[in-house]
Amino acid sequence: MPNLKDLRIRIATVKSTQKITSAMKMVSASKLRRAQAAAEAARPYADRMERMLGALTASLPTVEGAPALLAGSGGDRSHLIVPITADRGLCGGFNSSIVRAVRRHVTALHESGKSVSLLCVGRKGRDALKRDYESLILDTLEDVTKTGAGFEAAHAIGQRLCAMFEAGEFDVCTVFFNTFKSVISQVVTTRQVIPLAAPEGEDDAAGNGGSKALYILEPSEEEILQALLPRNVSVQMFRALAESYASEQGARMTAMDNATRNAGEMIDDLTLTYNRTRQAVITSELIEIISGAEAV
Amino acid sequence: MTEKVPFELVTPERVVFAEEADMVVVPGGDGDFGVLPGHAPLLSTVRPGTVEVYEGDRVTMRIFVSGGFAEVADGRCAVLADEAVPASEIDRADAEERLKRAQEAHREAAPEGPEHREAEAELRAAEAMVAAAGAAAKAGTSR
Repeated sequence: MPNLKDLRIRIATVKSTQKITSAMKMVSASKLRRAQAAAEAARPYADRMERMLGALTASLPTVEGAPALLAGSGGDRSHLIVPITADRGLCGGFNSSIVRAVRRHVTALHESGKSVSLLCVGRKGRDALKRDYESLILDTLEDVTKTGAGFEAAHAIGQRLCAMFEAGEFDVCTVFFNTFKSVISQVVTTRQVIPLAAPEGEDDAAGNGGSKALYILEPSEEEILQALLPRNVSVQMFRALAESYASEQGARMTAMDNATRNAGEMIDDLTLTYNRTRQAVITSELIEIISGAEAV
Repeated sequence: MTEKVPFELVTPERVVFAEEADMVVVPGGDGDFGVLPGHAPLLSTVRPGTVEVYEGDRVTMRIFVSGGFAEVADGRCAVLADEAVPASEIDRADAEERLKRAQEAHREAAPEGPEHREAEAELRAAEAMVAAAGAAAKAGTSR
């Protein structure tokens, strides 16, 4: 029979845990709203940038002579993977699904004899990947999205990637991040940022709306591309960070909502056991008193 | 003159300004250019400077931009700015402070390095910011 005092302590513990999880859920919910608004506000810029790049690359006569950021460095021997995860846990499968996808990708690349290095964004991803791939991790960026996804931070990463690419440290760069579908669903997305992946089919449909017109280019095509391509890397990074941040908040909100509900169920169960035990104790005390009185 | 140019100024983080204008003057990489209704499609880099939005003959809005790109297509004009602040909201003292810092960084940066290029860009941006603040102040007093 469980001890009454132990049960009381247990109930108090679960209650205080529930308080924490429900507070975390509330915090995530308000952060999520802000993150979603920020992601939406960032969309026009990214869309325009995509259109401009589409128009430029479509008018490009040949891929030869194009800047390396667009055409690639000529090889695909060494790969750089940028997994974007959170700095904190307690957000369900958010971090582990990224880690799993990265692991699979790394194994596939190793099997085909390519060299791989990792540039982790977020503490949790680093911690999980360190076990298997410690020697591959070049660096870890922490607290990037501490106060939300900012363009400054994304731009810094973008510039770093471009500098590394120019120094010939890798041929292909792929970013792994969670895309925000809804509060309960985040999808692991893989995007190749260097060299620029060919625009997908949907862009063609959008591009037919008259933007095929020939542009006047000032100062020149090369100069625009030279400025636009590194910028685009930063924009892609920003988009990934913003999506990832919104996803993190969504995932944490769901996880904490579940935890709060589970704690509630647990409290109900424990309270029931507690009351039963209490009644049993009273009954047995009464029996003792009555039988004692009868014996006299 | 009923036709107007839908004009948009966006930064990576938000849409700063979106309105219809009679004419927009953009500081292009090769020199300023004005966009009137029916402008030919154009892609251009943007150097640090002030974007001016015209209503009739008057400038109704001055916005400082630190660089970026401009696209004119289908009669619309869009400026993708790295950083944009309406000139009337620039604090003169802040801008001058930034200019001072940029000048120092420029002096300290080793010539011909990537830092030097960055410092140079920052210096140009800060100069343009101070100039934009000055223009806004002048426009404010003359009105």
